[in-house]
Amino acid sequence: MMLNQFLILSAFLFCTGAYGVLARKNAVLVLMSIELMINAVNMNLIAFSLRNDNVAGQVFALFAIAVAAAEVGVGLAIVLLIYRNRRNIDISDIAEMKG
Amino acid sequence: MLAQNIIFGLLAIAMGGSALKLVTTKNIVHAALYLVVVLSGIAAQYILLAAEFVAVVQVLVYIGAIMVLILFGIMLTRAPIGKEQQLDNNQRAISAIVALFLFGGLSAMLWDAFGKESLDLGNSIASGSSGVNTANVADSIFSTYLIPFEVVSVLLLAALVGAVVIARRD
Repeated sequence: MMLNQFLILSAFLFCTGAYGVLARKNAVLVLMSIELMINAVNMNLIAFSLRNDNVAGQVFALFAIAVAAAEVGVGLAIVLLIYRNRRNIDISDIAEMKG
Repeated sequence: MLAQNIIFGLLAIAMGGSALKLVTTKNIVHAALYLVVVLSGIAAQYILLAAEFVAVVQVLVYIGAIMVLILFGIMLTRAPIGKEQQLDNNQRAISAIVALFLFGGLSAMLWDAFGKESLDLGNSIASGSSGVNTANVADSIFSTYLIPFEVVSVLLLAALVGAVVIARRD
């Protein structure tokens, strides 16, 4: 197995997630794309853990998973609040702070 | 060696296709199911990379907990179950260009830096010569990374309380 096959797969997943974040309008879909990007980064950490023969990469991936869980909890709470106040979760409409 | 490459290829095709469908599908529940495929594929890649504990945590936390949260989010915001035309904004072309350039730049850099460097499957993580991998991860968390571990527990508590406060109906 080459190192690069994992790194390039994870780069592909990251860019797909970035496209989703930029092009989607539904807030839940944007959150899902962010999850995709976080997972791509975690795969890099695990691949380098094997390459450098050091478990620190796996520990960092576990921390990243915990932070992602916290992020999704708060993110969905914010989405629910937006839905309750505006009756939709279209993030291109939320532009009250636009100058 | 060959078997691992075949498995990697099959998983990579499934994950890449599902990721593309995830960001292009018109049905929001299908998008969640495509995300499950990608997350399972990533768990399988972790096993290929000899990180079995992280793979189990991935299945438990992502596929078990986070996907349920996201499905709750879909249901509670009363997304129309079925096809919907209003999921994309009008920046699709420019977003695709940005993503393509990002991928091209990243791939070129990775190829330049690592080329055909192969993973050493005889090292201590892959061969298990330094003991069980999960035990080494646990030792590392509870000695070197003890303070970050405690900080993460405080972060999870803060996020939990914050989510309750934000979503509570007054």
